[in-house]
Amino acid sequence: MNDMTPAQREARLEGVGCKRKRVEDVRFTQGKGNYVDDIKMPDMLHGDFVRSQYGHAKIKSIDTSRAKALPGVIAVLTAEDLKPLGLHWMPTLAGDVQAVLADGRVSFQNQEIAFVIATDRYITDDAIQLVDVEYEELPVVVDPFKAMLPDAPVLRPDLEGKMTGAHGPRKHHNHIFEWVIGDKEATDVAFSKADVTIKELISYHRTHPSPLETCQCLASFDKIKGELTVYGTFQAPHVIRTVASLLSKIPEHKIHVIAPDIGGGFGNKVGAYAGYICSIVASIVTGLPVKWVEDRMENLSTTSFARDYHMTTEIAATKDGKVTGLRVHVLADHGAFDSCADPSKWPAGFMNIVTGSYDFPVAHLSVDGVYTNKAPGGVAYRCSFRVTEAAYCIERGMDILAQKLGMDPADLRMKNFIRREQFPYQSALGWEYDSGDYHVAMQKAMDAIGYKALRAEQKAKQEAFKRGETREIMGLGVSFFTEIVGAGPSKNCDILGIAMFDSAEIRIHPTGSIIARMGSKSQGQGHETTWAQIIATELGIPSDDIMIEEGNTDTAPYGLGTYGSRSTPVAGAAIAMAARKIKNKAQMIAAHLLEVSEYDLEWDIDGFRVKGNPSRAKTMKEIAWAAYNSPPPGLEPGLEAVNYYDPPNMTYPFGAYFCVMDIDVDTGVAKTRRFYALDDCGTRINPMIIEGQVHGGLTEAFAIAMGQEIKYDEMGNVVGASFMDFFIPTAVETPKWETDFTVTPSPHHPIGAKGVGESPNVGGVPAFSNAVNDAFQFLGSTHIQMPHDAWRIWETGQKLGA
Amino acid sequence: MTDTIEQVAVAVTVNGKRVKRFVDPRTLLIHFLREEMNLTGSHIGCETSHCGACTVEMDGLSVKSCTVFAVQANDTEVNTVEGMANADGTLHALQEGFRQMHGLQCGFCTPGMLMRAKVLLAENPDPSEDEIRFGIAGNLCRCTGYQNIVKAIQYAADKLNGRAQKEAAE
Repeated sequence: MNDMTPAQREARLEGVGCKRKRVEDVRFTQGKGNYVDDIKMPDMLHGDFVRSQYGHAKIKSIDTSRAKALPGVIAVLTAEDLKPLGLHWMPTLAGDVQAVLADGRVSFQNQEIAFVIATDRYITDDAIQLVDVEYEELPVVVDPFKAMLPDAPVLRPDLEGKMTGAHGPRKHHNHIFEWVIGDKEATDVAFSKADVTIKELISYHRTHPSPLETCQCLASFDKIKGELTVYGTFQAPHVIRTVASLLSKIPEHKIHVIAPDIGGGFGNKVGAYAGYICSIVASIVTGLPVKWVEDRMENLSTTSFARDYHMTTEIAATKDGKVTGLRVHVLADHGAFDSCADPSKWPAGFMNIVTGSYDFPVAHLSVDGVYTNKAPGGVAYRCSFRVTEAAYCIERGMDILAQKLGMDPADLRMKNFIRREQFPYQSALGWEYDSGDYHVAMQKAMDAIGYKALRAEQKAKQEAFKRGETREIMGLGVSFFTEIVGAGPSKNCDILGIAMFDSAEIRIHPTGSIIARMGSKSQGQGHETTWAQIIATELGIPSDDIMIEEGNTDTAPYGLGTYGSRSTPVAGAAIAMAARKIKNKAQMIAAHLLEVSEYDLEWDIDGFRVKGNPSRAKTMKEIAWAAYNSPPPGLEPGLEAVNYYDPPNMTYPFGAYFCVMDIDVDTGVAKTRRFYALDDCGTRINPMIIEGQVHGGLTEAFAIAMGQEIKYDEMGNVVGASFMDFFIPTAVETPKWETDFTVTPSPHHPIGAKGVGESPNVGGVPAFSNAVNDAFQFLGSTHIQMPHDAWRIWETGQKLGA
Repeated sequence: MTDTIEQVAVAVTVNGKRVKRFVDPRTLLIHFLREEMNLTGSHIGCETSHCGACTVEMDGLSVKSCTVFAVQANDTEVNTVEGMANADGTLHALQEGFRQMHGLQCGFCTPGMLMRAKVLLAENPDPSEDEIRFGIAGNLCRCTGYQNIVKAIQYAADKLNGRAQKEAAE
C-alpha cells in the first residue's frame, strides 16, 4: 500500500477528488426516479386553486355552490374555512404574515382564493371554473419607487398604522424595513475627499428559478393514529416538519415528512406555500390523502420570485484607481408579503458582501424593502441570499469606475483585490473572508483567454466600426466574484428561530458496509455520490459500499436542508466529523485486536497498522466485525456516530469569469464567442460533478442576463408566466462553456471544501452583462439595464446612433 | 374519470405490450401513461409542449405526450423510457452515455431527453454537434447546460456506429 500515490489511493476507494460516476443515474436513466407526483395512495384526492385574475382587488363574495354540486367534488375551502383553525394566514420566513387563502382581498395576480378538492385532477380543473368570485378592483402598484410615494395606495391594510415591523421601524405604509450597515460618516468623508466618484442605478430585474418539476405535495392524515405524512418537493424537510407541527399543533413525532427525488430546486422549494398548508388541511378535513401539483403558470407567477433589487451604487476612488469607499442604497421589491427566504437576522440576506473581492477601507449599505402588488417570495435563486445581487452591483460598479478612469477593467480589479496575505480578511461591512488567492486566479484566467490579444482585437474592431466597415461590435466581459456560502453558524443564521447547523449519521454494519443519513437534501446535486466519497476517504471503505439516504425526517438526523450552497460547507463537514468520531473508536478497537497501544498505530488508506511493523494491521472491515462481535472489554459495541456541525464561519469560494461576445447592432443579436469560468471552491470532491454544476449555473446566468424576466404590466398582470415567454435557453442558444480551477482550501472546513453550485450564477450574470456593456462603451454608453435581449440591445444601438 | 362523460376505448402498444383501457376522451397521453399504466418515467414540466419532459416515441416519432390525447394514440406503438434498456437488462447506449458523460443532474428531464435522443439517432445516426443541439431544442434542461447531454448523445452515436467511445466527462 505504501508505494501508492495519494491519487491512486483515492481511486481505489473512489474517494475525494475522483470523477466518480453518479449512483443516482442508474435509476434516473431508466425512469425509476421517484418524484412526488409519481406517488399514489389509495382513495387519493386532488386539490387545486382558484386564483385571482386581478392584481389588487377586494373580494365581495365567493360562491362555491356550483362547484360543490359537480359530481366528484368533495370540498371547496376558502379563508372562512381555514379561520377556525387559525390557518388562513401563515407566518413567512421573513417575520411577516401571508394569507394562505385570500382573506377579503387579493394582493397580486394569481393569488390563491379557494382550494378545490375532487376525486380526479380533471374534475378539480372543471370545478375551478365554477367558483364564482365577485371582485371590486383596487388601484395597483407594481413599481417599487411608486410604492413609496406619499399618496400611494395602502397595499397592506392589515399593517396600516403599525410603524414597527419585524426588522424595526417602517417609514411609510408600504415600507417593510430599512436595513443599514457600515460606517456612514467615514464613507461620506471618503467620498468628499475622493478624486473620482461614480453613481449609477443598477437594477437586477425580477426573475424566477423555474425548476422543471414544479412545487407539489401529497398529504395524508391518519385520524386513528393521529399521524400526518407529507411527501413534498422540500429542500428543507425537517424545517417543514417543525413548522407543520407548530401550525397544526400535531406533535412533531407524529409528522412524517418525506422529500423523495426532487426535479431541481434552485431555491424555489425552500419556502412554505399555500399548496402545502391547504393539502394538509384538506387531508385532515376529508380523512383522505390529498395531492397538490402546481402547473407551470402557477409556478412562475406565484411561487417565489428572485431578485427585483434596484441598487444605487456609488464608488469613490483615487485618480490612479485605488478604491476608497463604497455606498449602496437598495430599493428592494418584496411583493405583496415579505416572505423572503433569508436567515432571520438578515432582512436583506447577505447583501453586505457587496464590497466583493475588493479591499474597500470603508463602505455603507442601506436597503429599503417595500410592498407592491406582485407575487411574494424573494428566494435565494441559485445564490446565497442576495449575494447574486451584490456581485452584480459591485462588478458593474467596478466596470463603470474603470470606464470613468480610462483604465482597463481587469487592471482595476487587480489593483484593488484583497491580497493573499490579508486573509482571514475583515470586510468593511462585517464579514470575515476565510481564504483566497485572487491575483493568481485572475492572472490564470487572463492568460487562458488571451486577454491582451482580445483587447487589441476589440480596439481594431471599434475602429473598423467607426469607419463603417462593419456593423458588428465586440464585448469583453470581466467578472471576479467572491461568494459567501455555508449558512451557517447558529450564532448568526437561523430560519424562523431554527438554527442552521447540519447533520450526518454514519452507521457501519458488521460486514463493513455503510449507511449514512443526512440532514441535507439533494435536488440534483448528486449527494448520494459525493457524500459517499467523503466517507470513503475518511474511513477507507469503498464508495460503492456506502449508501446515502436523505429526505426522510423519520430516519435522518435533524438538518436544515440544501440551498444557498450550504451542503458541502455544512453537511459535508458534518460527514467528515462523524466519520472521524468513528475512526477514533476504530483505533481503540484496532489497538485491542493488535495488542498494542493506540498511539503505536497509524492510519493507512483502509485501516490501522502498527508503526514500524506494517505487516501487523487491521482493515476497517475487520474492525467493523470486531466492533459488534468482539469489542474491547468495557467498550460499547457498535460502530456509528452522529455529528451536528455548527460551522465557525461561512466559506468564501471565488472565481474569475470572462465572456467574449459579438453583437450585431442592426439585429441586436448577441453571440457568445467564448465563455471561460475559473472557479476556486477549495477542495474538489468530485470534479465531474463540479464541472456539471458550473455548466448548469452558467446556463442559468446566461438566461437571466440575456432575456429572462418576470414582467408585470401597469394593471398588475404578470406577463410572461409560461415557457412560451419566460426565456429558458435551449441547447441551440446556450453557449459552450470552458471551465478551469484553482484550489484554495477553506482553513476552517474539516476537508477544506467551500461549495460551488451557485458560483457560476453569481459570477456569470455580471460577466454577460459586462460583456454587453463593454461592447457599447466606446459609443458613449455607461450602463445598460438587464436583461439584454435582442430587442433591448438593438434599441441601445439605436439610441447611441450606432 | 368523470361519470358525466362517455368513456372511450383506447388500445395502444406500450413498450411492446398491447393494452386496452376505457378513458375519458380528454385524457392526455401523459396521464394515460402515468396514471393508467403506472409508467411514471415520463414527466410533466410545463403542459404546453415547451419543456419536453413528457417526450415519448409514438410510431417512430417524438411526441410531447402532455399535448397529445390518449385517443390520438389509439392503434399506435408508444415507447417510453421504461422500455429503453435492452432485452437482456443492459442499458441502451444512450442511457450508458448519459451516465458516462454526466448528462443529467436532477434527472427530471432525462427520460424525455433520452426518448428524444433515441428518435434523433434513428433519424440521423451520425449527427454533428450542431445537429444534436438543434435536434434536442424541444427538450429543456435546467441543470446541465446541455454540454454533457450533447457529449452523451455523441457517446451513444459512436457506440451504435461501432466506434470507440470518447473519454468520460470531466
